[in-house]
Amino acid sequence: MCRTDQVPNEPSDRDQDAGATDAAFTSLLEDSAEELYEQAPCGYLSTLMDGTIAKINNTLLDWLGLPRQRVVGRMRFTDLLSVGGKLYHETHFAPMLRMNGEINGIALEIKAAGGSRLPVLVTSKVKTSSDGEPILIRTTVFDARDRRTYEAELLRRHREAEEARRQADADRARLQEALEVLQQSLLPATLPAVPGMEAASYYHTASPDLLGGDFYDLFPLDGTRWAFFLGDVCGKGPKAAAVTSLTRYTLRGAAMHDRDPVSVLRTLNAVLHERYNSGDARYCTSIFGFLEPDGDRTAVQLASGGHPSALIQRADGSADYLPTPGGMLIGILPDAQFTTARTVLSRGDTLLLYTDGLTEARIGPGRDLYGEDALRDFTRAQPPAGPQALVAALTTLLTGFGDGLDDDTALLALGIPATPPAAVGDPLA
Amino acid sequence: MDVRRRNNVRVTGRADGPVVLLAHGFGCDQNMWRLVLPALARDFRVVLFDYVGSGRSDPGAWSEERYSSLEGYARDVTEVCAELDLRDVVFVGHSVSAMVGVLAAARAPERFSALVMVAPSPCYIDEEGYRGGFSAEDIGELLESLESNYLGWSATMAPVIMGNGDRPELGEELTASFCATDPDMARVFARTTFLSDSRRELKTVAVPTLVLECAQDVIAPREVGAYVQAAIPGSRLVTLDATGHCPQLSAPQATAEAIVDFVGAAR
Repeated sequence: MCRTDQVPNEPSDRDQDAGATDAAFTSLLEDSAEELYEQAPCGYLSTLMDGTIAKINNTLLDWLGLPRQRVVGRMRFTDLLSVGGKLYHETHFAPMLRMNGEINGIALEIKAAGGSRLPVLVTSKVKTSSDGEPILIRTTVFDARDRRTYEAELLRRHREAEEARRQADADRARLQEALEVLQQSLLPATLPAVPGMEAASYYHTASPDLLGGDFYDLFPLDGTRWAFFLGDVCGKGPKAAAVTSLTRYTLRGAAMHDRDPVSVLRTLNAVLHERYNSGDARYCTSIFGFLEPDGDRTAVQLASGGHPSALIQRADGSADYLPTPGGMLIGILPDAQFTTARTVLSRGDTLLLYTDGLTEARIGPGRDLYGEDALRDFTRAQPPAGPQALVAALTTLLTGFGDGLDDDTALLALGIPATPPAAVGDPLA
Repeated sequence: MDVRRRNNVRVTGRADGPVVLLAHGFGCDQNMWRLVLPALARDFRVVLFDYVGSGRSDPGAWSEERYSSLEGYARDVTEVCAELDLRDVVFVGHSVSAMVGVLAAARAPERFSALVMVAPSPCYIDEEGYRGGFSAEDIGELLESLESNYLGWSATMAPVIMGNGDRPELGEELTASFCATDPDMARVFARTTFLSDSRRELKTVAVPTLVLECAQDVIAPREVGAYVQAAIPGSRLVTLDATGHCPQLSAPQATAEAIVDFVGAAR
């Protein structure tokens, strides 16, 4: 059985196709140039240079709903346009056409039959004589209803997008403002003056919405004692900020009644545990302490719940941690244990509290942890010039970490200046 | 502020001739004067510029507030005059610029010696007892047409179109799109142009004035030309046998001749 045997025996599909094509060509050849012009699927018109319509095809006359004799020699091109279109024609279309000899795809509206308007796309070209003088303008007019509807839709969406963007910008600005106010409520605006002492702080927030999880405070209790704390809530953002807020006001409240820092942290532990023990566990680490200034010495008693040990820079240039090992995270367990420590600050001594954003910064090409040893060595290398000088040096250090500093960082330094400030009203001053 | 660059100022023609300052109207830029320029440059020192927001002016100098009133455009004119220290200026303003010239001459009368108002209209909107030819709705339609036709303007073309006065090699390309404008700026200029009413300012004109109108102009019809001529004492009205709103393009020779004759007679 061989298929090729069958082919010559019957007329092929190809022969039939050729016959049909011939017929199509024949009918096309009968389509005269004039008929092609008159019945073209677009409007044609030719105008004199002053716009008077000299020639127009049936397609366009049909769209206009006008008889030829009312148009040719009687109307100008602009008479076909809407008033807005006339203005546009005079201010843009005609100048461009005159200057460039042609203009393409201009969106206009013509006044169509029955008072309706037909959106069209117009292209015109100037025909010049052999010596370059313009003689007439040839124009094609395309029905652009669907296209213009589509464009109008695009424009509408564009405007909506613009409006949405404006709204989003405004919302963002408002949110930013709210966040700033909220953040400010979590930190003291200024540190209070403690007699004979100096205090300095620094706060860096790594999160773009400004809500960090670190906190600190320094406030008076009864005229002879001051309380301070610094800590770090797990996580960032609004939820962490809520814990920070609860923590700050709990510590402030507890400090009024308790004289033992461990007891203050226990109160905080109970509050956080009660509030967050189911589901969304939240906790913090913190050092809380009391200051009792007495002349040029200040007694410090503090307690730590899972927080990095405080560092003390002494007047002799030494610097060492005040160890508080074993203190537990605050808010996790109902009966958490906290560690306490005491020290005395003398003239020229500075106590530094910090959060682990500082010691866990990534430095160098190996992105190593900065670490507690490096912090101690850095502090030893600084002259014992008081809390403000130490915080300023650490701020420069932190800035130098660049993007290696990827966590919130808080610093609080408390100390006694090496030289006592001149007493107010001292006649010898 | 570099006014020459801001307004894309160009000076040409006879260096010792009388100063003729050519100010384009709403729609395009100083290229509008190209066909009359050769004839004017024979006799005059010709100064051309683009208003901020048009042509190759500096888009960074544009502000909606300033260019929402014709006074803002008049400041462009007086600042160009001050920058070049022009005196005895014959101000030739097309369309809305004719009224800008009236305002500029009131701001700095010491600089202007004559006005040529080409196809002027002090008010385009019909009002009780006055026929400007348009209604406020018509102007809304024009704004729609502007939105539908960016004429080659696009965010990517903008740096090329705008602020490249120091790159003449772009000239050819830019002439092809000389009516292209940032749509936001064009919309403001259109509103300012067609919704302003400066009829009361006409009587402040204190210099010889030529009103040049076209026989057939859908934007500034004959009766508006007659109104302007009647409102400016001692002004002359010349009707050009031209069609359309831009005689400097459709009848450049007759337009240039009328300006040359007028300046000759005024001096």
